[in-house]
Amino acid sequence: MGYVAVKGGTDAIRASTERLRYERLKHGVSLDVRQARAGLRGLVDQVMSEASLYDEPVAAHAIKQAEGSPEEAVFLLRAYRSTLPRLHTTVPIDGTSARVERRISAAFKDVPGGQILGAGYDYVHRLLDDTLMHEDETDVRAWLERWRDASQAQALPNDAGRLDGLPKVADYLRAQGLMEPRENDDTPPDDVTKRALRIPASRSERLQVLTRGQTGTVTSLGYASLRGYGPMLHPTVGELRVAALPLTIPNPLASHENEAVGGSDPTLHADPDDGYYLGEIRITEVETVVPVQEPGGEERQALRFDLGYGACFGQNETKAIAMSLLDQCLEHPDSRHPTHDEEFILMHVDSVEATGFISHLKLPHYVTFQSELDAVRRTHQPDAVSGEEDA
Amino acid sequence: MSRHGTYNFAFLDEGSKREIRRATLKAIAIPGYQVPFASREMPIARGWGTGGLQLTLSLIGPDDTLKVIDQGTDESVNAVNIKALIRSTTGVTTSDDTAEATLIQSRHRIPDKPLRPDQILILQVPIPEPLRFVEPREEVTRRLHAERDYTGAYVLLFEQIMRHGDVTTGADHPVEVHDRYVMAPSPIPRIDNPKMDHGDALILLGAGREKKIYAVPPHTRVTSLAFDDHPFRSEDVDGRTCELCGAEGVFMDEIQDAQHGGTSFRCNDTSECLARMNAHARTS
Repeated sequence: MGYVAVKGGTDAIRASTERLRYERLKHGVSLDVRQARAGLRGLVDQVMSEASLYDEPVAAHAIKQAEGSPEEAVFLLRAYRSTLPRLHTTVPIDGTSARVERRISAAFKDVPGGQILGAGYDYVHRLLDDTLMHEDETDVRAWLERWRDASQAQALPNDAGRLDGLPKVADYLRAQGLMEPRENDDTPPDDVTKRALRIPASRSERLQVLTRGQTGTVTSLGYASLRGYGPMLHPTVGELRVAALPLTIPNPLASHENEAVGGSDPTLHADPDDGYYLGEIRITEVETVVPVQEPGGEERQALRFDLGYGACFGQNETKAIAMSLLDQCLEHPDSRHPTHDEEFILMHVDSVEATGFISHLKLPHYVTFQSELDAVRRTHQPDAVSGEEDA
Repeated sequence: MSRHGTYNFAFLDEGSKREIRRATLKAIAIPGYQVPFASREMPIARGWGTGGLQLTLSLIGPDDTLKVIDQGTDESVNAVNIKALIRSTTGVTTSDDTAEATLIQSRHRIPDKPLRPDQILILQVPIPEPLRFVEPREEVTRRLHAERDYTGAYVLLFEQIMRHGDVTTGADHPVEVHDRYVMAPSPIPRIDNPKMDHGDALILLGAGREKKIYAVPPHTRVTSLAFDDHPFRSEDVDGRTCELCGAEGVFMDEIQDAQHGGTSFRCNDTSECLARMNAHARTS
């Protein structure tokens, strides 16, 4: 027989797994997980964001195991995440409490609190740096020493350089009456990992799905909306921040005497001074402003600004901006444009779902294809229309 | 995290299993209705049987005997892979023998041997929505189900007849469950559709990526969509004999002989084929 159906799966899988290990190790070098964490910051951030699991060492571990493939690393982390019990919910954070590392506004040159370039690739010439080919740890230590000395010499006195509590550009526009004032919505968010996404989705579900979205997909869809697939006027980045957010959980032993205020959600009536501080996470947060027609006004067509919000784990600036564009798009549903179609966007941006279903095409389809063959052959039979016999 | 020993029995935490079982109970109570559930990310890829896997893991206990088949064979790479994962996180016994198994997870086949009341068949589902080819929007298809508006499903079949002279569905030919919900039976060949009707075993269907669980309880009426003048027809297996065991009238794999240019057939359900071969060997 010339054809052998795929059998002997056990041995084949074992051999394939070994071969994969060989591909990872064939250069005789093992990637140190600490090196992966230290040197692959962009990938660590992207993978943590798409996996919605903030843990740098575990992300670096996954990246090593996945040989640097983002989709595989995200997959590993998501599967790991499925096994973790949810013990606590952190207290909602006011974005202005973040410790800002980078903050730029494309809307106002003299934005209150100032523009802070921080670390960013925007103004780096993308020329391959020859010195990196042979950089070693001695070079690194020497550079770090010089850098520390220099930054100490430049340190600002007193509170002049305080980087927490910076005001938001959106608040300024609201104060001017150019953006609709919004009440704080303290409804506990829906968790898409605990309840399947239902369309129409709540905004909290939308934001969760977008922030977990595959970086390339979110970027492409945001780009499409920017190029005109949708009735969009040009958005402006009101503010982009890379900032460290302090996380606290409510004291699990505290009495729940204020329960009436926050309902069943203990995080909403937690005493902020009685919580436990867990640490910081670094996020990228973007607020874009888009001029839109004010509803109602028939005679004078007044414009106001609309806000698009994007936020994701780590420094993922393009993704966060694209997310803010899509958030604004989805606030204005329009089935004529895919970028304004909630179901189209939300059902297709997840890395694990998209890569999983596409890769399943590699699975054997012998039965389904055989059944299809039968149907196709039947249409070639001359008496196809009669269809007398029943099976 | 790299060693299975650090995971809970059957991988998922007990809270997740309970949530999946709650959705399963609802699915059994409303035959054919797709119950949404918070599908977990699994160590195998979405689209590779994670719906079925989550059902299996939520139900399996230490005394169960598990059988996993992929497109009819126990030895297919994906079946082997799923079995290995379940075995390493539970330690349960696995078997190729349909009669021995208490839980049978299957991709795209219902075993040829009739199932018993003490067995559960779990089918992996890629696209749980039978109306998806008519209407891409979940929001709309949910409403169509609620209003029992299945015109689209019939129009699709009608258009196939008009265009091609016959219904051209391959696998996954839609069924109506107990005169209420139209359901995707998962891409089983049409020859397997009648096995769902008034079966003795509970059939559960799980779609991990699409986050849906649905069920056909035992002794439930399941009819394949058809017209009076175009009755439902399964694949044509007439005149095909398994070259290994001599079986007829069962679903077969078509084997191309590249060297001699011929076509031969073998049972798709390999464990039944093997059982028949063993029976021949004993009697001869």
